[in-house]
Amino acid sequence: MSNEPEYDEITDTYTTGHEWDGVKELDTPMPRWWLWTLYATIIWAVGYWIAMPTWPLISDYSKGVLGYSQRDVVAAQLNEAKEARKVYSEKLLSADLATIENSQDLLEFSMASGKAVFGDNCAGCHGSGASGAKGYPNLNDDDWLWGGSLDEIHETITVGIRGVHEDTRLSDMPAFLTDEFLDEGQIKDVAAYVIALSDKSVTPPAGSSEIYQENCAACHGEDATGNKDFGAPNLADSIWLFGADQQTLISTISYSRKGVMPSWAGRLDPATIKALAVYVHTLGGGE
Amino acid sequence: MTNLSPPPTVNSLAKGLTSLSLGIGVLMALFIIAKTSSAPMAFHGYIMILAFALGIFAVIKFGNPDNGRIAAEKSPAGVFYNDGVIKAGAIAAVFWGVIGFLVGDIIAWQLAFPALNFDLEWTNFGRLRPLHTSAVVFAFGGNVLIATSFYVVQRTSKARLAGEIAPWFVFWGYQLFIVLAATGYVLGITQGKEYAEPEWYVDIWLTIVWVAYLLVFLITLRRRQEPHIFVANWFYLAFIATVAVLHLVNNMSIPISFVEPKSYSLFAGVQGALTQWWYGHNAVGFFLTAGFLGIMYYFVPKRAERPIYSYRLSIIHFWSLIFLYIWAGPHHLHYTALPDWAQTLGMTFSIILWMPSWGGMINGLMTLSGAWDKLRTDPVLKMMVVSLAFYGMSTFEGPLMSIKAVNGLSHYTDWTVGHVHSGALGWVAYISFGALYCLFPWLWKRKGLYSLKLVNMHFWISTIGIVLYICSMWVSGIMEGLMWRSYDALGFLEYSFVETVAAKFIPNIIRAVGGLMFVIGSLIMAYNLWRTVRGEGDAVPETSETPEISETAPKTVPAE
Repeated sequence: MSNEPEYDEITDTYTTGHEWDGVKELDTPMPRWWLWTLYATIIWAVGYWIAMPTWPLISDYSKGVLGYSQRDVVAAQLNEAKEARKVYSEKLLSADLATIENSQDLLEFSMASGKAVFGDNCAGCHGSGASGAKGYPNLNDDDWLWGGSLDEIHETITVGIRGVHEDTRLSDMPAFLTDEFLDEGQIKDVAAYVIALSDKSVTPPAGSSEIYQENCAACHGEDATGNKDFGAPNLADSIWLFGADQQTLISTISYSRKGVMPSWAGRLDPATIKALAVYVHTLGGGE
Repeated sequence: MTNLSPPPTVNSLAKGLTSLSLGIGVLMALFIIAKTSSAPMAFHGYIMILAFALGIFAVIKFGNPDNGRIAAEKSPAGVFYNDGVIKAGAIAAVFWGVIGFLVGDIIAWQLAFPALNFDLEWTNFGRLRPLHTSAVVFAFGGNVLIATSFYVVQRTSKARLAGEIAPWFVFWGYQLFIVLAATGYVLGITQGKEYAEPEWYVDIWLTIVWVAYLLVFLITLRRRQEPHIFVANWFYLAFIATVAVLHLVNNMSIPISFVEPKSYSLFAGVQGALTQWWYGHNAVGFFLTAGFLGIMYYFVPKRAERPIYSYRLSIIHFWSLIFLYIWAGPHHLHYTALPDWAQTLGMTFSIILWMPSWGGMINGLMTLSGAWDKLRTDPVLKMMVVSLAFYGMSTFEGPLMSIKAVNGLSHYTDWTVGHVHSGALGWVAYISFGALYCLFPWLWKRKGLYSLKLVNMHFWISTIGIVLYICSMWVSGIMEGLMWRSYDALGFLEYSFVETVAAKFIPNIIRAVGGLMFVIGSLIMAYNLWRTVRGEGDAVPETSETPEISETAPKTVPAE
């Protein structure tokens, strides 16, 4: 254990004279560029502290000479965006939906707004291309559960389906097995009947037509084309929300399905809901 | 022969008190099992009983039954160093490292292909992600720090570790903490604080273990036979002491019951967020930076066989680093409900932190003056030098990202993920690998590693992996940030969130491939170290210089 500084030839420097387990230290001064950069960052920081809100005080904080406030900036920017859109959003509020769709600039505005809003609010379930998924309707086709007119789409978005809105759309297909309307054999038969409606290669079992007419026709219609007043799907076409294979249909009839769409009133402002309705209407299947 | 160190013994009072405490632990765990309504908590009760019972058994069997002596070799410096616990720590570090990297790569693939969570609650991203972060930071990093700090503090103080049971308690207690935390995550126990997910009872256990760690370290330092405290020990001590404070404050909470795994934090809202990020950022600063700088300050000069570049720089950068880091947490909360003034302080202190961070890099790299030629022949030193380069890069990137205007783009994006991993893989893991490659031959008394070629292979495969990882995250992060802030001519968002997710598909795959290369590298290391322990290849056992075994050499006992 030596305490005498030693000369290091390679670096032309002396050590501090300390040694631990063979490790020594050179007494090199701090690199000047390092030190000056450290000072520079400190000076810059002091300048920043003078300019910006920095030090907490007893009941307040130092505001800085620039008077910056994150909240004021955000409020101003939101206001600015609102002002910029005002000319359109006011027109949107006062015009009826058909007028919006027929006016070049309002339609353009609605499409831009609708696309952005759809992407962040609707795409999660309906898909970013609005082509739907199992249990979530495709919005590009002309098959509508609750109606595909501008007003009907607008209403559905506003109140939702089985949502929290007091006028929310509500349909209530029984769970035919658990509610004990039908037994398993009857459900199997009526499922085959429903498949046969759109698949002409299948022959419905004897007696299945009677089961259908007694239990299903009230909502889905005698010809099974559905009823948009109840949100009862058309069963005679080849478009299926949950699937058309026998197992899925038996499950649907036995236990029912109760999909949910949120009520967007209160989450989106009225002008935005209008724009969204127009956007969805123009996707391809609007009536 | 000096009386630097008497042969180690364990006294029966210490054995008795430890057994008694562990016995009380068994009773408490039994109480939890009997009363809890939570199956995972009961499972933890059984783990604790098993661990405490094994602990009692080990304590009773500890030392020579006649005189309490513990087998130890006298080092050439005349000290009976406690190396057993360091060997255990080094093995545990390799074990947890491989697991932690592997889980990380699994969740990286899950981000590209979500179906890989197999629709099971135990394997979804939300549960595996804390498993990954805790496994790499606390299990891998923590064991490396425990092992190296115990090694360095003994060698540079010329003193045996304080206590005989205590260091082992720190090691095994820490492993119990890891097992409780990890199984808890998978079973759904979490308090939802990032990097501090374990619930209250695991936090209490870690507090006990950590206080024991602090005491072992401090008492060993106090018994040092050197006039000055070595620089690495300043960093280790700053790490141990500060992590204790961070852990205690951030985990303050009230359990809903003493037998249920659920608690409520004492802090709410923006205070909770600030406390969390004061903790989170300083976990990076003191666990992943100060602790590993401790490793660097011993292992780099030792391996390069050169003196440390500048004593003065080490003092100034140490004190400025630990003073400044503690302020920087608010930069994780830019443009949130956090008041403007706190954001300003977080940002400016992060900028000033740039040079103090670089002080460590300069001191490490410049220590190689006169030894640069060794990089050609020593891949272990190469790994350590590259770790310093990554350290320099990520401690430049960090202050850059703390600037509010930059943060507005980078925050919440993959850029942050890439930044963290350039530090975690490039700096923390590489300096650890370097230290492990040194420690295994030293501890097992081998002349070298089993194969330097394999080290070189490990170096290249994981370096390319890191580069793929970081670059893909820069691309995807900046792309994502730009997509989020794109507006069309009418002022509406150009892209929906889901479109930004879809756009990251390819970078996500590249990242997962880079991660896989890193995992493969770690497996190569594990294999190499295993063969080194077995004394194969170039790992020729050193011929023993007739070490004095304390049990057979009672005459070296000083008369007290």
